[in-house]
Order: sequence, then structure tokens, then C-alpha cells
Amino acid sequence: MIGVRLERRDYTPVWLNLMLPFLAILAALILCSGLIAMAGANVFSAYAKLFLSALSSRFNLVETVVKATPLIFTGLAVTVAFRAKFWNIGAEGQLLAGAMAAAFIGARQILPAWSLVPGMIIAGGMAGAFWAGIPAFLKTRFKVDDVVTTLLLNFIIFYGMMALLDGPWKDPLSGYPDSPDILMEAEFPILLKATRLHLGVLLAALATPLVWALMRHTTLGFAINAVGENAKAAHYAGLNITGVMMATALLSGALAGLAGVGEVAGLHFQVMAGLSPGYGYTGIVIAMLARLNPLGVIPAALFFAMIITGAEAMSRATGVPVFLADVIQGTALVTMLIALLFNQYRLRWTKQSA
Amino acid sequence: MNELFAQIFQIGFFTALIRIATPLIFGTIGELFAERAGILNLGIEGIMMLAAMAGFSTAFFSGSLWLGVLAAVLTGMLAGLLMAVLTVSLGLSQHVSGIGTTLLCSGLSFFFYRLIFGQPSSIPKINAFETVPLPILSSLPVIGPIFFNQFALVYLAMAIVPASAFILYHTPWGLNLRTVGENPLAAHAAGVSVHLTRYQALLISGALMGLAGAFLSMAQYNAYTFGVISGRGWVCIALIVFGQWSPWKSAAGALLFAFIDALQLRLQAGSLIDLPYQIFLMMPFLLTIVGMAMVSRNARAPAALLKPFRKEER
Repeated sequence: MIGVRLERRDYTPVWLNLMLPFLAILAALILCSGLIAMAGANVFSAYAKLFLSALSSRFNLVETVVKATPLIFTGLAVTVAFRAKFWNIGAEGQLLAGAMAAAFIGARQILPAWSLVPGMIIAGGMAGAFWAGIPAFLKTRFKVDDVVTTLLLNFIIFYGMMALLDGPWKDPLSGYPDSPDILMEAEFPILLKATRLHLGVLLAALATPLVWALMRHTTLGFAINAVGENAKAAHYAGLNITGVMMATALLSGALAGLAGVGEVAGLHFQVMAGLSPGYGYTGIVIAMLARLNPLGVIPAALFFAMIITGAEAMSRATGVPVFLADVIQGTALVTMLIALLFNQYRLRWTKQSA
Repeated sequence: MNELFAQIFQIGFFTALIRIATPLIFGTIGELFAERAGILNLGIEGIMMLAAMAGFSTAFFSGSLWLGVLAAVLTGMLAGLLMAVLTVSLGLSQHVSGIGTTLLCSGLSFFFYRLIFGQPSSIPKINAFETVPLPILSSLPVIGPIFFNQFALVYLAMAIVPASAFILYHTPWGLNLRTVGENPLAAHAAGVSVHLTRYQALLISGALMGLAGAFLSMAQYNAYTFGVISGRGWVCIALIVFGQWSPWKSAAGALLFAFIDALQLRLQAGSLIDLPYQIFLMMPFLLTIVGMAMVSRNARAPAALLKPFRKEER
């Protein structure tokens, strides 16, 4: 009988290392093509619509970049957290915290007009950091599992936000649970005429190398990696695990909060129920495909933004449900996880005696 | 105050409490089997969602609710199998595998629901399960209507708690499963297949999560909506920590959670306290976190939880 066995690799070829995310995505697309066929559409024309509509016009191209902006931030947030093995599944909630803080500051004349934009950025980052700080505090102080608390806090802040939108924050002019629009001075400037390319895009592009440099070249980055690799060893080496965990969480939450600030200040100018269609969860997929490397987050975020943007067009043209985009995300996370295995192991065909 | 009490704590309140607890009990006991074998099944939320969809659709087209339940259970087991391949055979990160399974399963449930039903103007509905009063028992005062005039799946949930406690603590297989979760090396040395046991645990886990989904879309409600699970799966994971990995205590935790949930529904419906209803919806989640903070310091998870087992790397 012939079997398959996983065997540890002595070294990983560089090409394989770089190829893994592409192989994972390819595998995910092949797997998902079965669903397209089930929906009675032509696999190639559906995928062509899915990917090419994002590139089909200048407008769509910019829209894809705009869509990628919150995903870059949540991808970075998850990257930082997972590096320390702080299982932050709460980027979704931290994004909402940032958005709410931005909407609160932006809609009120409490700050001088010139300071509105920086004020929203700072407040949004702090709100996200605060919301991520709660599970980190509970984890370090009371040993409460961070996965569960970050997840539950997503629901708590969502209901909290909806309570505000249904009550004190409700825009009296709107029939929907929406907050009033932020002031004109609070809106992020547009970087490219006649598009929605806003300041947030630039912030995301700047945040990425900054986070990379922080993780690669600073003591904090070193500590975050060390705690993630081996918390016990890091502790014996004299690192303050609690402090590193808290710092990781605050940084991660702040990044996710900025995703929310960008959506409010650059795109929607208000908070409403559908503010985030799961950007926080997509951030997890992006971080994993980027192999927890901040520089990988941008291409991964652009890729998923392309799919999310293209899904509507694909659905209209071929009748395949838009939720194919969600299935591709889930599948890609699973295939990437499997692909990472080939980093450490190789398949070895073995002859077994039965 | 007494009037408020009388208004809230009627028999209907406790009947509702039991119904709210039922999917949580299925989910919690399902998760418990996985965790006691050393696998954190974070796929729970998505598995419940996909099973709720599969069960509902099957019942919608076949007209048979029990066929729907079967479909939900099989769907759950299939997803459990996926978790097993990822975390047991391949030994991948249980955290990421579970999140991946949840994202995949919830995506699939949305995809297939839209594919099957399109976007109709009114939500497709089925004739959901009706209550099955148990002879004699249901006519007992107070406890009769609360416990014995319920859906068949509620009785199943009530039976599953003692059954799982018996299986885990009083059968050789249960002992093996717990050993695999505590000390896989010892189990392996004693001739128990760690991988096979974990596969079995994850299949049971998926089947029970499937029942939880089926209950929600076919008994509690008579339709599938995208928000049908809305965090209940995550709550189950918290309930296990709260229940210290014991079936009885975890089920008690489910009842406690259901009590809070039923209470908020009552307060909401009766407009007894003037607060936005979202605050009430938030309350059970908030208290779950408080509860976890109270017990987590002394919580002792199965020792091998989250640790993959590779024979060749002992």
C-alpha cells in the first residue's frame, strides 16, 4: 500500500516561499469554480467578471483602491496581533469603535475646524485601541480567553452603536438609523479629482511601511515577535509579557480603529448599520495570506478588494450569488493554512506494509 | 417590585427559557466533545449557520422536518470532518482553522441560500416543529408546561446532557477521549489512536452543532435568516470555560445564559424598562464576558488543547 507522509524540510526554497500565497489563491479559485458551475454559469466568464470588472475602468480601479483601504488597516491590525499570538478576532468591533469616535468628533463643533481631521484620526485610533485593550486586559489580568472576548465584543459594540443610532445619534432628517453627516471641514480631502480617492488611502499606504519598520527594527517589534514565538522563553529573557501583550493589543486596535476613521471621514461621512460588511474578518484572511508580513498586506488587501468590488458585477452578469466572494475568502484562508505546511514539511510517498 | 416579578416570571417565561437554552446546549456539548479531545472547534458559529440553512432548505423542499434535521446533522458532520482534516491530520493552527471553517461555512450558507431561493419579496417559510406534550408528565402543574410540553428536539437536548456525561466519564471510549485531550502521549502508549479519537470527537461535535442549527431554523423560528445564529456559537465556547469543561456545569451555564436572554426579551417586550432594545440584546454578551472574567483564573482547560499530535515527532 502506498501512503503519504509529512516529512520535515531542512530548508525551504525561496521560490516556494514566495509562491505559497499564489498557490493558495489558485487552489481556492479552483475549489470555488465548482460553486460557479453549480450556479449554472460559465466558470471562466464568471471569474473574468469577478477580476476584470475591478480593472475595467479608471473609476472601478480607484474604487478598488478605496475598498482596499479599510482592509489594509484591518489586515495590519491582525498581523500585529497574531505576531504576538494575541488572537484578535475583534478588528471588526475595533473598526466600529474608531468609526464611532470619528463620527462623534466630526459632526460636532467642539474642535476648531483645522483640527477636526487630525482630531478624528487620533480619537478613532484611541477608540480602537481602547476596545482592543479590554480583551488584552482581561487576558493578562484574569486569563480570559482572548478569542472569545474579542468576538463577543464585536457584538457588544455593534448593538451599542445601533442603540445610539436608534436614539441619541439618530439623524433627525433621515428615516434610517444613521448618524448625521460630519461637518464639511471634517471630511478627508480628496486626492484625485472626480473620484473617491481620499486621504485614508494615503494613510493606509503610509501605515504599512511604518508597521513593517516597527516590527522589524524596533525593540517593541522584536518583543512582539519574541512573545509570539515563545512566551515562556521571552519571559525568562526578561520581557514583560503583560506589557508586550497590552502594547500589541493597543497597536492592533488603533490600526483597526483607523480603518473605521477612513470609512467615516473619507467615504460615508456618517456611521450606519452596514458600515463594515465584515472588514475585520477579511483582515484575518489578508493577514494570513500576507504571512503576517505587513508589506504583504497591501497586495492581499487589493486582491480581496478586487473580488468584493467585482462580485456585484459578476452576480449581475452571470447570476452567481455575490456571496461567492465570502466563500473565496474562507476557502483561501483554509488553503493558505495548508500551503504554509509546505514551508516546513514536504510530502513523501511511502510504501507501507499493510 | 412584586408586580414586576409577577409580570416577568410566568410559566411562559420559563418555557421560553428552555427553548433559548436548547441550541446552546447542543452547541456547548458539541464543542465540549471536541475540546475534551484536545481540539478547539472555532468552526462552531459557521457550522451552526450552514446546518441551519441546509436543514431549512431540505425541509422546505421535502416537506419533512426530520429529513431537514438529518440534513443539518450530516452537514455539521461534514464540516466537523473538515476541521478534523485540518487540525488533526495536518496539525494546523486550531485558531486559524476554526476561523477559516466559520468563514467558509457562513459564506457557503449565504451562497446556497441565495442560489436556492433567490431574492424573494417575502421570506420563504416552513411549517416548523410543533410541541409534543409528553403523556401524564405534561399535565403536572408548573413543571408540566415548562419541561414536558416542548419540541421533540428540546427533549433530545435534555437527554444529551446526562448521556454525554455518562459517555465521557463512565465508558472506556469516554476515558480514552479525555486521555487524548489531557495526555495524548499516554493514550498513544496505551494503544489508543489519538487521531481516530479526535476524528470521532469532531464528527460528534459537528453533528451536535448541526442539531443546534436545525433547532434554530426549524423549531425556534420557521425560516432561515442571515442573522439566525448571531453569536450563539461564540457564546457556547464561553459557556464551556464558564462550565469548567464539565457537561453538567456547561449545561447549567447555558440555562443561566438563557435566563438572562429570556429576561431581556421579557423586559423588551413589556416595555418595563425604558431602554433601547439593542441594550437588551447586548446584555447577555456583556454578562458572558463578566462571567468568564470571574471563573477564568481558576479554569483548567484540557492539557493538550490546541496541541497537534504527530506520532513521528514524539
